[in-house]
This record gives sequence, C-alpha cells and structure tokens, in this order.
Amino acid sequence: MTARYGPVTALHGVSLSVGEGEAVAVLGANGAGKTTTLRAISGAVRRSGRIAFAGQSIARSSPEATARAGIAHVPEGRGTLTDLTVRENLRLGAYTRRDRAAIKEDEARVFGYFPRLRERRDQRAGTLSGGEQQMLALARALMLRPRLLLLDEPSLGLAPTVVGEIFRIVGELNEREGLAVLVVEQNAALALEASARAYVLEVGKVAIEGESAALRRDESVRRSYLGY
Amino acid sequence: MLLAFDWTQLAQQIVIGLSSGGVFATLAVALVLIYRSTGVVNFAQGEMAMFSTFIAWSLVHHGLSYWAAFFLTVAISFFGGVGIERVVIKPVERAPVLTVVIVTLGLFFLVNGAARWIWSPEVRSLPNAFSTRPIDVAGVAFSIQDLGTIAVSLGAVGLLWLFFRFTKLGLASRAAAVNPEASRLVGVRVSWMLALGWGLAAAMGAVSGMLTAPALASFDQNLMQPVLLYAFAGAVLGGLDSPLGAVVGSLLLGVLINLIGTYVDWVGTDLRLPVALAVILGVLLVKPTGLFGRAEVVRV
Repeated sequence: MTARYGPVTALHGVSLSVGEGEAVAVLGANGAGKTTTLRAISGAVRRSGRIAFAGQSIARSSPEATARAGIAHVPEGRGTLTDLTVRENLRLGAYTRRDRAAIKEDEARVFGYFPRLRERRDQRAGTLSGGEQQMLALARALMLRPRLLLLDEPSLGLAPTVVGEIFRIVGELNEREGLAVLVVEQNAALALEASARAYVLEVGKVAIEGESAALRRDESVRRSYLGY
Repeated sequence: MLLAFDWTQLAQQIVIGLSSGGVFATLAVALVLIYRSTGVVNFAQGEMAMFSTFIAWSLVHHGLSYWAAFFLTVAISFFGGVGIERVVIKPVERAPVLTVVIVTLGLFFLVNGAARWIWSPEVRSLPNAFSTRPIDVAGVAFSIQDLGTIAVSLGAVGLLWLFFRFTKLGLASRAAAVNPEASRLVGVRVSWMLALGWGLAAAMGAVSGMLTAPALASFDQNLMQPVLLYAFAGAVLGGLDSPLGAVVGSLLLGVLINLIGTYVDWVGTDLRLPVALAVILGVLLVKPTGLFGRAEVVRV
C-alpha cells in the first residue's frame, strides 16, 4: 500500500501482514512512516493499494468502517476524550456493539486488567496521569472486542515502569486471548521483545523484515535501532 | 425612598425577565450545539426558528391545537435541520471556518426568502399557549404565560441535557464534537453526528420561535432576528462552548435587560437591543471565554 498527506507521499509501497493472533512490531526512525502505516490500515489517511482484513478488502473503508470490522486503533497521543469520564470513554469504545450484557462483562474484564481505571472510573479522563490515559486508551480499544489491535507508540512520554506494565498487559492479551497486535514503537528493544515478527521501515519502505528474535541478534539492526 | 420600593414589581419584572431569558436560552443552546461541533456561529439559526414558527402557524391555521402543532413542528424541524446539514453543510464540512460562516449567512437569506415566498408578508398571530390569567404566588400576581414559558424552555433544555448525558447516541455526539478523529476510530459516524446536532439545534430553535410568537400581538418574517441577537449575547455571556453557560447567560441577560428597561427610564423598550450588544462587547473585552467557557489551548 501507499499513502499520502495531500501532495506528500508518506508510504511508498509498504507490504506487511499480521497473522491470526500474532504480535508484530513496526520499527523505524522518526518520519519513516510507522504511524502512517497504522493510519493507512484504519483509513485515517488517504491510501491506495490492497488492504485485506479477515478475507475482506478494507482498502476503501473509512475509519468508522474498519472499527466496525474489528480493528481497534490506539492512535499516537492516545486519543482519549479528556472531557468524558473514564466510564464514558469505555462506553464509547463499545459504541458499535449491541450486546449489553457482554459489554458489561467486558467492562469488568478490562477493569481487571487495569484496576487503577476502576478506582478512577467517574473521573474525567483529562485528570488522569499520562500512564493512566494510555491504559484508558488501550482499555477503550479492548471494549470494541477487536480481532486486531493497532498500537501507536504506547511508550511515548511514559515512565519505564508504566511502559513495562502496558507491554506486559498487551503480551497477556496476545497470548491468553489470541488478540493479534500490530505495534509501532520507537523503543526497538522493547518492541522486539514483545513481538514474534518485526518490520523495519526506512523512508516509507520496508527495509528489513524477519523474526524478532533474529532481528535482535542482527548486527545492522542492533547498531541502527537498538544502540548497542 | 428605599422604603417605598415596590418589591412586588421587582419580583414580577424578574419573572418576566426569566421568561424572555428562557426563550433566548433555547435558541442560545441551539447556537452552542452547532458552535461546539463546527466552530461557527450559525447565523441562520434565528431564520430557521422563524420558518419553524410559520410551519406551526400553518398547522394551527389548518385546525390543529397549539400544543399539537407545537410537538409536530418540533419533529418536522428536527428532520429539516438534519436535511439542511446534509444538503448545505456537508459539502463544506472540511472547508475553512470562514467558508462555513458564509454558507450560514447565505442560508439566512435563503430561509428568509423562502418564508416570504411561501407565506405572504402579511402579519399573523399564534394563539396563546397558556392561559392569560394571572396567578397569585405568595401575594404577588404573576402571568401564567410567563411561568409556562419558563417551564417549557427549561424543560426543552433539560430534555436535551438528559439526551447528551445518558444515551449512547448523546455520548457519541459529544465525543464527535470534541475529538472527531478519535471518535472515528471507535466507529462513531462523525458526519452523521453533525447532522444530528443540526437537527437538535433546529428543534430547539423551533421551541424558541413558538414561545416567542404567541406573546406578540402579531408577527412577520422578521420575528426571530432580535431574539437571535439576544441569544447570541446570552451565549457569549455564558461561554459559546458551554451549553450550561448559554442557559445561565441567557437567563441573566433576560432579567438584566428587563430590569434595565423597567428601572432606567431613558432605556425603556427601545434601547434593549443596544444593551444586549453592549453585553457582547463587554464580555469579549473582559472575559472572552464567558462565565462558563473554557479557554482553548492551542499546542504549538
């Protein structure tokens, strides 16, 4: 697929795949097109090419439609609705669903993963700390009951302990619930640890791809992205 | 002098002020609804309300009771508002704010012209919604019409609040107004939420028009133009992005201009509109966000 912002082409033919229940990372320097890749999948940016999800083409789908198809996108900067309470954010996450009883269950399940959100459920999201807002963004995405989770820079601006907790929970969701994850990360070491496969983007193209474990040992990847 | 002050008259004038303030509030809330989601003041809001009032007049003319016409007109106006958004506003959804402002100005003349074309420019009147008898409350005589107007306008605003606060659709439209990008990602059809907002605004405007007209001996197609200015002043006073602020601001303004008109001889009834404009100017100079508005933080 390719994607453009007005006259600027940000992706020049990126090809990638995520298997059922697989965790995949997208790495790369600033401006390599990581965020645009996710935005192209969910339809938040003009794109062309072939994009298929669960056997259906979503190449022309709007963000509303890809969400309804089962792709939850946690955008860069979290996209929590700061004027709404934690609870309202979660209810909004389940907006496309009609199964009231199951939504209730999912709310309890999500609060199980993020007990701190339960404590703050009636607070406005804007009053939460950065880490809590990232958790809320993740929790809201889960309320969609997605089959694929798109995570954009979940570690951005957060303390290492919080980042560790978020990645631990994402890993748990991936392993226990079979949720497929496509995560974009600046922090390559972290992302390679949390994923089975990874793609490295360079100026809008896939430069390297492979098993995360292999990439971690790869000399050039280590030097360029891991910094040791 | 102070001892001779007529407290009864003051109480009466405050209720009269609240009654006109309630009418301003319904239209002010309509302005705020659209301002929050599109960032523009809909200059055609008053004309849309006037058009709704003429629909109500036609319905009454064809034999419906005032209240039957009232509720039917609110429903028709809702769908009319949705329709206007789909046809006129949707094409400029992504256009700069100035473009949208000009479209609403065009809409002002379009709706006004349409009303003149459909209903000849003769004066007409609506029956009274409430009994014209006075009612005695703690020894002070109030007009049932004023109390009824306050009740209906606050009731309409209250229903709207319940919708936004407690329904899933209301939640989604609040989210869409503040953060359309993130709302899309959870599956909210943001564009339709905008249309819903226009529908609700048109319905609120209809309420305000239908409360304005019966109080007048007669009305024509210019019915809502002063009301729009008062509503705008009330909304600015309360904060253009705050529905609660619009209601409080409009009620305050209603009471204020009525008291000034009553007790300051040289203002009388003629200078009320300039007082409202002075309020707009004063608020914009002293506290541009209004009483309840929040300053917009722009990240650079």
